[in-house]
Amino acid sequence: MQTHDKPQLKAEARNLNFYYGQTQALKNINMPIYDKKVTALIGPSGCGKSTYLRSFNRMHDLYPGNRYEGEIRFFPDNSNLLSADVDPIEVRMRVGMVFQKPNPFPKTIYENVAYGLRVRGEKNKRILDEKVENALRGAAIWDEVKDRLQDLAPNLSGGQQQRLCIARALATDPELLLFDEPTSALDPIATGAIEELVHELKTRVTILIVTHNMQQAARVSDYTAYMYLGEMIEFGKTDEIFIKPQDKRTEDYITGRMG
Amino acid sequence: MNESQHVSSQFDEDLGRLRTHVLQMGGLVETQISAAIEAYTTGEIASVKTIVETDRKVNDLEKAIDDDCAHIIAKRQPTASDLRLVLGISKIVTDLERAGDEAKKIAKGVRRIYDNGHLPAQYGVGIRHLAEAALAMVRQALDAFARLDGALAVSVIRADADVDVEFKSIIRQLITHMMEDPRTITTSIDIISISRAIERIGDHAKNISEQVIFVVEGRDIRHNKEAIK
Repeated sequence: MQTHDKPQLKAEARNLNFYYGQTQALKNINMPIYDKKVTALIGPSGCGKSTYLRSFNRMHDLYPGNRYEGEIRFFPDNSNLLSADVDPIEVRMRVGMVFQKPNPFPKTIYENVAYGLRVRGEKNKRILDEKVENALRGAAIWDEVKDRLQDLAPNLSGGQQQRLCIARALATDPELLLFDEPTSALDPIATGAIEELVHELKTRVTILIVTHNMQQAARVSDYTAYMYLGEMIEFGKTDEIFIKPQDKRTEDYITGRMG
Repeated sequence: MNESQHVSSQFDEDLGRLRTHVLQMGGLVETQISAAIEAYTTGEIASVKTIVETDRKVNDLEKAIDDDCAHIIAKRQPTASDLRLVLGISKIVTDLERAGDEAKKIAKGVRRIYDNGHLPAQYGVGIRHLAEAALAMVRQALDAFARLDGALAVSVIRADADVDVEFKSIIRQLITHMMEDPRTITTSIDIISISRAIERIGDHAKNISEQVIFVVEGRDIRHNKEAIK
């Protein structure tokens, strides 16, 4: 059951617009992201949900011609993640990302997880060991890899690789984790393991997840946002969205009535 | 409730078939009830057998519809209005089946009364009136389901209070008769059980209407008298 006390804000999109060159991909998005909750973004392909997700760790900065308007407020410091004087590298330490396909570096399991810490300048072996172990434990993969930390990560199974990528994202102690369809390349068992992990992680970190799997959104999230053609159509508690959505367009999408 | 089509036409067909089966089952239960009322007033106890036989068909339909609901949930993972429809139907068929059982009870009571003699004239009109009110509730509840008409469902729920009042007044009358003339006790007890069955049919119609409101509006108004005021 949902508790009645209002959750705290971790982040909030305010009048957020985004342009790929001339094309407007996000249209005036206003949406809260609640602290230590899972928020799912759903919507048909091309609706802007991945674009929106990627705005949170400034992924769009990597390409010229991309342009943001509006703000993403990040709490408790109330900074604007999109502000030009905020360093995207620092943003990515605080806002981790896990992609659709597991993308481990062609390095050892240990080095994959230690990478972010080394980028941050951590050289102390003891601290690295401890943080790597904690991250691997946090991603529920420690028991499977603890005896083979020096093996190459790409030799792991798909589901293990994805959990390794989660461990890699966790290593820098992020406050917000972004998942972009994290289970679409996994079988049902590996998917179940990731979903279970999401459930455990939310005691420590806020999660924003894009998924094409409606049932997954219903299972893992506390809040759900439905996006269509770059707009935020409906945002609400997941329980309510999946039983009684307020907007006809949400209803049509989640019941499979949209062509 | 959403009437536009699914991307999967097979899913539309599955849901359409489910709704048709519910209405079919409802039609059978309606005929059971009206035949039971008819037998009560005319003493034509031959129809009692038909009512009992129809009950088997109703039971089979209940199981078949529940099975279809389980299949749709397993295969389609319905959400929102689709989910409410499937959940609502699986509850509606339970109430329909029980309404059918009540019709069967009426029929058996009628047979006992006429086997022992005949129906005392003073018990005709009140019971018939009560039974017609309950039958009308069932019809309207099924109409409300067929048309997904929340307003009609609300009026059925309101009508249940009248049926309850009428039922209580019949019981009071019967008690008076039994005290005045103990020879009427055997028949009176049968008539009490018949009235009770009719009153229960009204309750089932009310429950069905509550599910229709859940399907249409997503509101669960069970056990909440304020909700329909």
